[in-house]
Amino acid sequence: MTDRTVLSELDILRALKRIAHEILEANSGPENLLIVGIPTRGAPLAERISKILKEIEPGHSFESGVLDITLYRDDQDAASRQLGHTSIPVSGVHDKTVVLVDDVLFSGRTIRAALDALTEFGRPRQVKLAVLVDRGHRELPIRPDFVGKNLPTAISEHVAVNLVEIDGVDQVVISE
Amino acid sequence: MKHLVSIKDLNIDSAISLLASSQELALVNQRQVKKLPTLRGKTVVNLFYENSTRTRISFEIAAKRLSADVINFDASTSSLSKGESLKDTALTLEALGADVIVMRHPMSGAAQRLASSDWIRGSVINAGDGSHEHPTQALLDALTMQQRLDLGSNFKGLKVLIVGDILHSRVARSNIFLLKLLGAEVSVAGPETLVPIEISKLGVTVHHDFDQALADQPNVVMMLRVQAERMSKDLFPSASSYVKFWSLGGHRLAGLGPEVVIMHPGPMNRGFEISAEAADDPRSAVLQQVTNGLAVRMAVLQTTLSGGN
Repeated sequence: MTDRTVLSELDILRALKRIAHEILEANSGPENLLIVGIPTRGAPLAERISKILKEIEPGHSFESGVLDITLYRDDQDAASRQLGHTSIPVSGVHDKTVVLVDDVLFSGRTIRAALDALTEFGRPRQVKLAVLVDRGHRELPIRPDFVGKNLPTAISEHVAVNLVEIDGVDQVVISE
Repeated sequence: MKHLVSIKDLNIDSAISLLASSQELALVNQRQVKKLPTLRGKTVVNLFYENSTRTRISFEIAAKRLSADVINFDASTSSLSKGESLKDTALTLEALGADVIVMRHPMSGAAQRLASSDWIRGSVINAGDGSHEHPTQALLDALTMQQRLDLGSNFKGLKVLIVGDILHSRVARSNIFLLKLLGAEVSVAGPETLVPIEISKLGVTVHHDFDQALADQPNVVMMLRVQAERMSKDLFPSASSYVKFWSLGGHRLAGLGPEVVIMHPGPMNRGFEISAEAADDPRSAVLQQVTNGLAVRMAVLQTTLSGGN
């Protein structure tokens, strides 16, 4: 088993800062944005992006949320999972630009489930996708709008995103 | 977790995890759109050999919220009343493609028999078997205690008093198992005729005087229904003497602290084991228990039906 660190703490910070700028650019400003993280590791990433957005646009308050997709997965038989927390701001998603945030984009199935889960809260004007790592091997017609790092991988490889909030360290590691 | 027959199927981690999932589902149940796609294409059979409209409806709504198909198999209106054996009923349900059988049965051990048989490939959820266990009731009670007393996953130091007909109560048994597993202190109180002698072996304190039991200042007082249908002989002298010694009301209700939680698994015999004042008191969590029952049953269905079973 060989482990290869592909993103360091500093790389992750730079990627998130760039993503935050790209979000603002694509949205033509800070209005009407809702940053929504997908547990487990999408949630702290979404929070970090919201924080960076606030640093860029100090006069503006950005809303963020968490969207658990366990109950919307298409592979309920595969594993028994504990439900994560969901919290969408009371102002809801209606007519907003929702940016879904996840750590790794792989098959695209998590994002499909997230789109279903999001629909229960209303009709966003637009849904965008930000991921820290896009490792390819999509099984559904889903593409990210904002990518921290494109990481070509073999399907047998494993990509692990570690974040301080959960794992005590910031890094992205590929292992065989 | 494939089956939930007994609280003993759980360990501390899986119990806490189930309660956490239930809490999230309780929040889903407050949303405008309550439907979830989780169990699409799954068939849940409610196999009830004993009348229990409340539990059956609770399981039915829980399964429907998760998009499962639900079939209610009621003993009084089906082939069960024609003498079909549990085995043949189970084989029939298997042939019809049942993914979960939720069973209520008057015989202790019936759910275990079904779960350990090779009659079915699906999951078994025990919705009450004789005076043995009623695991989802214990889980919904624990969830209610967590919410009311802001416990999180820490039940240490919590004092729970269970009062009344301990002998016939599967609710009491499941609650004792779960609360002990979670680290709470449990005591029981009831007349000698309705408290089994062996109960202290489960690690609970036994009282035969309600007022003495209340003097220990429990955080939760759980009143049990007097189950007339399970009593073959006179186990207490008269209804009025039961009310006098074992009912929660009057001076006992007045003596409870402001933070005490009053619970009852329902259906209540108002004016018997619990006074109307106690049932309607702000400290009573009876309706919250019912609401939580839905969330717990959704969590149990989701857990038993997901994973590589």
